[in-house]
Amino acid sequence: MKRGPLLLVFAILAVAGCQREERDTRPQSALGSGDQPAAVTALEPGGQRPASSDTKAGVFEANAFHLSEGKRLFNWFNCSGCHANGGGGMGPALMDQKWLYGSSIESIHATIRDGRPNGMPSFRDKIPDDQIWELAAFVRALSGNAPKSAAPSRDDDMMPHPSENRLPDAATLGKSP
Amino acid sequence: MLLLAGCSGWQSALDPKGPAAGELAWLIWFFTALCTVVWLLVMAVLIVPLARRPAPVGDPLVLDAAAERSKMRIVVAALAATALILVGLTLLSYFANRTLAAIGSDAVLTIRVTGHQWWWEVRYENDQPNRILTTANEIHIPAGEPVRLVVASTDVIHSFWVPNLSGKLDLIPGHENVLDLKADKPGVYRGQCAEFCGAQHANMSTFIIAEPRPVFDAWLNDQLRPAAAPVSAEAKTGHDLFLKRPCVMCHKIGGTIAGGTVAPNLTHIASRQTLAAGTLAMSRGNLAAWIADPQGIKPGAHMPVVGLNGDELNAIVAYLEGLK
Repeated sequence: MKRGPLLLVFAILAVAGCQREERDTRPQSALGSGDQPAAVTALEPGGQRPASSDTKAGVFEANAFHLSEGKRLFNWFNCSGCHANGGGGMGPALMDQKWLYGSSIESIHATIRDGRPNGMPSFRDKIPDDQIWELAAFVRALSGNAPKSAAPSRDDDMMPHPSENRLPDAATLGKSP
Repeated sequence: MLLLAGCSGWQSALDPKGPAAGELAWLIWFFTALCTVVWLLVMAVLIVPLARRPAPVGDPLVLDAAAERSKMRIVVAALAATALILVGLTLLSYFANRTLAAIGSDAVLTIRVTGHQWWWEVRYENDQPNRILTTANEIHIPAGEPVRLVVASTDVIHSFWVPNLSGKLDLIPGHENVLDLKADKPGVYRGQCAEFCGAQHANMSTFIIAEPRPVFDAWLNDQLRPAAAPVSAEAKTGHDLFLKRPCVMCHKIGGTIAGGTVAPNLTHIASRQTLAAGTLAMSRGNLAAWIADPQGIKPGAHMPVVGLNGDELNAIVAYLEGLK
């Protein structure tokens, strides 16, 4: 039995896991004003905004560091004041599969950046662009739309709901296998 | 001994400046001295027979009763001495603990110290709500008077340690610990987080600034006032920008609408001696550097890079510099 090559393969596979948490804390300095066009399709309930050319969406969605930063900022910026830990209150619930303005991370980014009618304020220039992407990625994790390998796990203190990586997978939810 | 000479002064447990640290320093020295004496004795007892020429080995079955008895007595005596010394040291540290606990029985001030990654929130408690003061990283206390620190944390476990004044105490999320201390003389005593708490653990220091009572009272009254209004046109622009830009999401400036509580309170930031929990000295240049590139200075800190152009940065720094 030659174990050498096998071990090498395992080592390479293990290294691949490192990217899960790659941290870029020093982004291009940009305020909440990415190159996305301003939201003009706000009156399209359920409508999807056109896919943006921004490559950040994919990067942020599968990155454990950005997701957990999004979770921290969700608390820090008092999103729970209206969305109540995702359960909804004054603002809509974020832990279900109903999306008023589309479920893509670009749509959520646009919602946070530009606001939406009837209450959602605009955080343009108030939150740096990368942090908006982090928040948007976390909002998707709240309803099981983030990869389980990257979604935040157990909180350090009391948890209002099961941790995000234990939520049922949104893609297969309610469908028979 | 030469190495220990480096331990005097700035941030050293061997250079006590208060009763708590004094008690601990005395204990350290006594333990070290006693253990050294014991160690030397043991070594001497070991080396003397090793150095002697070995006696010819006789018949192992032939025992001399008198010699065996005297050997037994020596072993029992050594055991008894060990037990006595251990009990004695235990009692000593017990009484030292009692002395430490008694320091705060007449504390004149309760200060709540909350650890955050990677800075210290400092809150002066008072029965009157308008006399409660929140500041960061620098703890002013009246010299010669005992104060009580109630410590806790919001994220991970930190540890508060100002070696010249007291022992260390952990800051635990969801649990309050109490640390009493007293500075005998006015002075600035540096402290450091003493429990590894993440990327910037090394850059999480604090300062206890002990001042004579009148100076302390003046400082407290000064800090309780709302922030100074901007005077120059540039500072006014900076004030407006501060409220429009991401700064306002996390920081508080008393007297303005900036009310964030998750980052250090900036109401009197320019009156502090350092920036970013002792990472930089307070100066206009360092303020600008910190805002322009916090992740270069303290990688991983929760202060993000915010997009400001040169003019905006200058204006905000001009405003902050005036917040004495």
